[in-house]
Amino acid sequence: MNTASSKLDRRELVAALLAAVPEALVVTGLGSPTYDVHATAPDRAGIFHLWGAMGGAVPLGLGLALAQPEKQVIVITGDGEMLMGIGSLGTVAASRPANLSIVVLDNGHFGETGMQQSHTSLGANLAEIASGFGIGVVLRINEPDDVDDLAKHIRCQSGPVFAHAVIATGEQPRAMPGRDGAAAKNSFRAHLGLAPL
Amino acid sequence: MPTVETPIWQHDVWDALRASGVQQVAYVPDAGHSHAIREAIATPDITDIVLTTEEEGVGVVAGAWLGGQRAALLMQSSGVGNCINMFSLLDSCRFPFLTLVTMRGEYAEFNPWQGPMGRATEEALQLMGITVLRVDTPDDVAETVSAAADAAFLAGERVAVLIGQRLIGRKIWKKDNK
Repeated sequence: MNTASSKLDRRELVAALLAAVPEALVVTGLGSPTYDVHATAPDRAGIFHLWGAMGGAVPLGLGLALAQPEKQVIVITGDGEMLMGIGSLGTVAASRPANLSIVVLDNGHFGETGMQQSHTSLGANLAEIASGFGIGVVLRINEPDDVDDLAKHIRCQSGPVFAHAVIATGEQPRAMPGRDGAAAKNSFRAHLGLAPL
Repeated sequence: MPTVETPIWQHDVWDALRASGVQQVAYVPDAGHSHAIREAIATPDITDIVLTTEEEGVGVVAGAWLGGQRAALLMQSSGVGNCINMFSLLDSCRFPFLTLVTMRGEYAEFNPWQGPMGRATEEALQLMGITVLRVDTPDDVAETVSAAADAAFLAGERVAVLIGQRLIGRKIWKKDNK
């Protein structure tokens, strides 16, 4: 349940996390997490922003993590996007990629569509769901200092890791990365030294 | 353990996938894919990914390509329906995509619940911008899967190979099949 009394600021959390793992590859779920990551790291390479494909952030991160086992891979997404692809937590648990971390920014609402309550405001607990699917490292991010522990797990590649961050609902200014998916794909591959095709 | 010998065409599917350089195989199981799935699990340099639903496989294949690996999605025709919106990821970003789809609901089908999606599979794929190749005879399997893999990984296309239900053979529901 999303009931913590003092909730984290999503942008401060994302900024602290990205600064702590400068080498990590990042996949962002559509909507606010995409804006959060772009707002805090507009020029950083190795970030793939989703503008659609709801429910696809974790599977995309999984394929990437399996293809790049030496690299840290972080999926940063929201509660709504995670819920739509909830079974992918089971797929991650079964695949056991040690280098994949999933960070869910949970404000308990569908922020992009009018702040309707999501299932995490209505009884669902994503940390327990991740644990139930068999993900071994499940962290609860309730204080700013908890980011240090998460970053340590990411750097050690002791995953898969699921981090549940309860965040405040306040709206943030939009910071929109490019929407050309083919360009985003090619520049991400270029960061890894890969040709477009 | 299967007691029936694996048909030659299922060996051809796997050989063509191996030759194409695929390193990740994501799947929701089907009897027609059972040989490829067994081989993917048993082959050390291939990563097999069992999915809870087929649209996860679209994301996995795209993520693999982002990270420099070729991947394939194995599913049944019913799974194509589960993928529809996720297919937009492939077209939006021009990801190479190879999927092998075993057909249900089209030949000697016992279960009427397989009919609606089976009849819509080819057009659903095409509506989402995926080129469809179809194979109905064992002799064409190796060449068709290989051609689809070339189109996907060399030309960057999105390609599905539909494996016809007549080729897969009748599903035995009960000993007398009545």
